[in-house]
Amino acid sequence: MKQILSWALDTAAMRGASYADARVADDRSRALATKNGKIGSASDSESLGIGIRVIADGAWGFAAADDLSRAGVEATAAKAVDIAKASARVKRQAVRLVPEKAAIADWTTPIRIDPFSTSIEQNLELLFKIDAELCGVAGVTLAETNLNFRKEESWFVSTEGADIHQTKYTTGVGYAAHAFAGNEIQKRSYPNSYGGQWQNKGYELIEELRLLENARRVGEEAVALLKADQGPEGVFDIILDGSQLGLQIHESVGHPIELDRVLGMEANFAGTSFLTLDKLRTLRYGSDLVNIVADARQEHGPGLGTFAYDEEGVAAQCTPIVSNGLFTGYLSSRETAHTIGQNRSGGTLRAENWNRLPIIRMTNISIQPGDKPLTPEQLIAATDHGIYMETNRSWSIDDKRYNFQFGTEIGWEIKNGKRTRMLKNPSYSGITTEFWNSMDAICSQDSWVLWGTPHCGKGQPQQVMGTGHGASPARFRKVKVGSAYRGT
Amino acid sequence: MLTQSQAANVFQRLKKHSTADEIEVLFYGGRSALTRFANNTIHQNVAEENVGISVRTAFDGRTARASTNKIDDEGLRRVVQASENLARVQHSDPDLLAMAGPSDNRQSAGRPSRHFEQTASITPKERAEGVERIVSIAEKNKLTTAGIFATSETFEGIFNTRGLSDWHTQTSSEISVTMLGGDSSGWQKANAPNVDQLDPISLSQVAAEKALRSNHPREIPAGKFTVILEPAAVLDIVGFMFFDYGGLAILDQRSFLNGRVGKKLFGQNINIWDDVAHPLQSGCPFDGEGVGRKKIQLVENGVVRRLVYARATAAKMKASEHGASVGHIEATGHGFPVPNEMGEAPMNIVFAVDGKTNTIEEMIGSTERGILVTRFWYIREVDPYEKIMTGMTRDGTFLVENGKMSDGLLNFRFNESLVHMLSNVEAMSTPVRSSGEESFDMVVPAMKVREFNFTEVTKF
Repeated sequence: MKQILSWALDTAAMRGASYADARVADDRSRALATKNGKIGSASDSESLGIGIRVIADGAWGFAAADDLSRAGVEATAAKAVDIAKASARVKRQAVRLVPEKAAIADWTTPIRIDPFSTSIEQNLELLFKIDAELCGVAGVTLAETNLNFRKEESWFVSTEGADIHQTKYTTGVGYAAHAFAGNEIQKRSYPNSYGGQWQNKGYELIEELRLLENARRVGEEAVALLKADQGPEGVFDIILDGSQLGLQIHESVGHPIELDRVLGMEANFAGTSFLTLDKLRTLRYGSDLVNIVADARQEHGPGLGTFAYDEEGVAAQCTPIVSNGLFTGYLSSRETAHTIGQNRSGGTLRAENWNRLPIIRMTNISIQPGDKPLTPEQLIAATDHGIYMETNRSWSIDDKRYNFQFGTEIGWEIKNGKRTRMLKNPSYSGITTEFWNSMDAICSQDSWVLWGTPHCGKGQPQQVMGTGHGASPARFRKVKVGSAYRGT
Repeated sequence: MLTQSQAANVFQRLKKHSTADEIEVLFYGGRSALTRFANNTIHQNVAEENVGISVRTAFDGRTARASTNKIDDEGLRRVVQASENLARVQHSDPDLLAMAGPSDNRQSAGRPSRHFEQTASITPKERAEGVERIVSIAEKNKLTTAGIFATSETFEGIFNTRGLSDWHTQTSSEISVTMLGGDSSGWQKANAPNVDQLDPISLSQVAAEKALRSNHPREIPAGKFTVILEPAAVLDIVGFMFFDYGGLAILDQRSFLNGRVGKKLFGQNINIWDDVAHPLQSGCPFDGEGVGRKKIQLVENGVVRRLVYARATAAKMKASEHGASVGHIEATGHGFPVPNEMGEAPMNIVFAVDGKTNTIEEMIGSTERGILVTRFWYIREVDPYEKIMTGMTRDGTFLVENGKMSDGLLNFRFNESLVHMLSNVEAMSTPVRSSGEESFDMVVPAMKVREFNFTEVTKF
């Protein structure tokens, strides 16, 4: 690979690039799925190519191709420089990168069981057993399971001397039961909706999740929802389970702290952010209990945002985002860090694959658990009247990340410290900072889980990225509930 | 770019590595480029070239797929082996059909050319010049602009061992422009196979006018309003219902059309077709199995008439309890590559407006009090059977009073049922090819809709 990468850098430099980096990525994935006792999908995929990013005449160019022959790589590098020179026709100022010491490194996701070494028969057998459990519940009309593995190997070099080889493994697994009757469709998922739980782990993730043990309960809950009471409308105290809180963090913290959005670079598609630069270290984002970090380091856990180096060669870091409620940090890159007075990138530039330009992405954006021991049961016991909501069903937020609305698959009314009747179609909405300032309790480390969000979309052309979100259940006071169904 | 004859050669080489009963190979790829600008500067500028193949093997009721972009002999051997390894270990499925044959590939309409040399040969410099024109309009109006100018030349092909083969090439071009003021914004987008049909200046001027007219937006309380939805707003919200028009969605009982096919669900004025050959449409004329796409009327005068079917779904539907109540059943050429969980969907939507059409200006003129929506954003499904969608307005939301467009408004959140919305359409414009951000391109009209349900207001 080094030979291929050197062709790219040499050609870019010879054509006039003042900076160049090149990344070869070899990507392998497997997707297995069942539906109502039959194979839903069974597919393997491989993709290999090179992406070359250059600065010439003070502007960016990027070209990518699957042709790794010498002629192919040199043509791609020359194209990147031509594109950069065209970019320079419409520029206000030259691109400026904050310095980064060139790293030479080799890193692999620590895994116990290589998922691609496991037997396909064994994988399908597990999915079919879960499928049978779900279908065995009277009233379940559709059962779906999925199992996904990915291995991403990449080689990164730059004209500054970086030389980084990384291999990342990802495993994802989940299932869902649907129940249709009359004029209603209800659904329950496990361990989370939209594909389940995803982490940078090997097959050991599958073994840890007690998938089969939970299948019958999940099917029964889907059917029970058909006869449950409609979630109420009004203002309530709510408790969110960790997976829903993870998505709440993703949408109302993770995206608005992306510095490219703040600077207007995503204005046409993903949008901008309410977190204008004047709000850094002045905005009270949440209550004193809210402590959120962006942490890509291995010691944070096996999140989908865990790596050793980002895709411009900057080492993984932990950035305090919200500290005791105060807004303290953005996600940054070498191009953007100087706008917040930083002389080093936060290390968050990531690309979906070899054919995409790296852009600022979430790493693992996690809320820290409470210091004092508190279980979800104790939190419910300490709540007079409220609603416990679990597992996301719908999510939407405006393009500056102020107004949001979430629906969950299931809810339960809490009365006098006890979980009582089941509620269907629960939803809540609010304004980001008002919501986070209403958080008055969060469970402790024992119930903290690093959830994976595997399909976050951003950029043009759009890129899909996996992000991690550690969270434990938390309580929010006086939240608007139920407006998703108001007037419909 | 890979040609059909080169692909045929790859197929011949690939077959030698397989012991499967049947083999199908899909080819996809091409060249694409996207020039992206923000803050009146080109800040990202990318190009990509790739060739991919996806191989399906089948053995006696077992099938699986493997994909790669490594098409040397070793790559072909590996991809065939991966597909066979996945297929062989399955239990045999008696419902798995033999692969489609040449007779399945017949198409009911001619194939309009969707490949334009001027799009295929555009250079980075020419795209930059287009951006320069957009930026000059922003600067003239003291606005900041962001957007894209993208072009591509792509191919899709299919070969299988039953003798079916087909090939499609097309070009695509797209401009999306956002104009930003201090507290307002405007947006426009267009997409066409022929880049000469895109007008960056006109798009920029309209986006700029929206940004200027909506500055210092007013807040008015949420509630039910008559809305005038521009075509992009219409396509982005209605796009969420078309995956329910596949037969497999009915069989899976995950469609909002379960129990509703053949019944009047929408207003009398709603007529919807799927028609890949429509002159304003684009896309491939055959589906993931090589079956030719047929023109299908999905909705006639508000009644859901037809669904679309992959071959296997059509066979299952005929034998199912639903078979007698879903109208005519046949493979329509809308299937996704096999095996898959979704079955099929119509992806070339064309709204037909019978009778009188109204321009957006006429809709405004006939509205005593309402809201004009340029675009929706972050639309998600709240309720799968009532098809309640939530989302936000964005980039140009205006109050309409006494027949005139007046102030810009703070953006709203809506929670609205598509069944309700398409039952309350009071007027429509002539359908146009339109492009949004949340759904696929369609031929849609602007719509004037009564009692559209806004539930909250945001802060900008």
